[in-house]
Amino acid sequence: MKAAVVVFPGSNCDRDLAVAFRAAGADVEMVWHKDTDLPSGVDIIGVPGGFSFGDYLRCGAIAANSPICRTVKAHADRGGYVLGICNGFQVLTETGMLPGALLRNADLKYICKTIGLKVETSQSIYTEGYNAGDVVDIPIAHHDGNYFADDATIERLKGEDRIAFTYTNNPNGSLGDIAGILSDNRRVLGMMPHPERAADSGHGGTDGQALFRAVASQLTTA
Amino acid sequence: MKATVHVMLKTGVLDPQGEAVRHALGALGFDGVQGVRQGKVIELDLADGTSEADVTAMCEKLLANTVIESYRVDMT
Repeated sequence: MKAAVVVFPGSNCDRDLAVAFRAAGADVEMVWHKDTDLPSGVDIIGVPGGFSFGDYLRCGAIAANSPICRTVKAHADRGGYVLGICNGFQVLTETGMLPGALLRNADLKYICKTIGLKVETSQSIYTEGYNAGDVVDIPIAHHDGNYFADDATIERLKGEDRIAFTYTNNPNGSLGDIAGILSDNRRVLGMMPHPERAADSGHGGTDGQALFRAVASQLTTA
Repeated sequence: MKATVHVMLKTGVLDPQGEAVRHALGALGFDGVQGVRQGKVIELDLADGTSEADVTAMCEKLLANTVIESYRVDMT
């Protein structure tokens, strides 16, 4: 299985994400925001956390219009897999690949701590290593993680079992406690928490490992 | 020529920054402030011949996120 991890100016979780993919058995290549082509044979693209383009204008807005994002969108349109974490989730909503938007946290504070995350569905390559209903400990680190979408979108996400993760104790005001959502073909996941920061015993927790192992397992046997 | 773009969170979208400003004004003794909405103003210096439709396209593509924001264009 091969993963590509996108690097924008201001990304700061790109190498962590690459380490997590490699630890699960993936080959990983980094791709720069100005690139227009992917390395051959890429199964999944990781859009990492950080502060792409300094969060200028809106978080993820400028990254979403970078050359590589047209390539990421084309990959997803072909049925490819895309994992966006934190700023990566913001980028995916700005491109329209996932519905909704991430607003400023309700209490206006940047929050960096480990939180309880409930797995809402095991029906995706990202979450099948968990059981629906599991509660795992994963760090968050964001200022704009307050998920918003109109009522019809929230109902559609619920009805189509596309809410991947919810917070057990909502830290940021997200509608429906939503922490992560899937695309309609279930191949694109955006989530604010950082599973790549809970993927090694040195991190103080390993609850994120199951996500990367499940992805690697699925895409290696495919 | 210039264009001024006003971007605001849509009605119904919680504006925690506006709320914080409202609280701060109340703490200063300005009791009459019933609501505050905070947005942004973007000034564009444009080549002659740039149309309002062009600026609207800029808003739709980049300057505003129409999932959560509304915008108004003033050409001057």
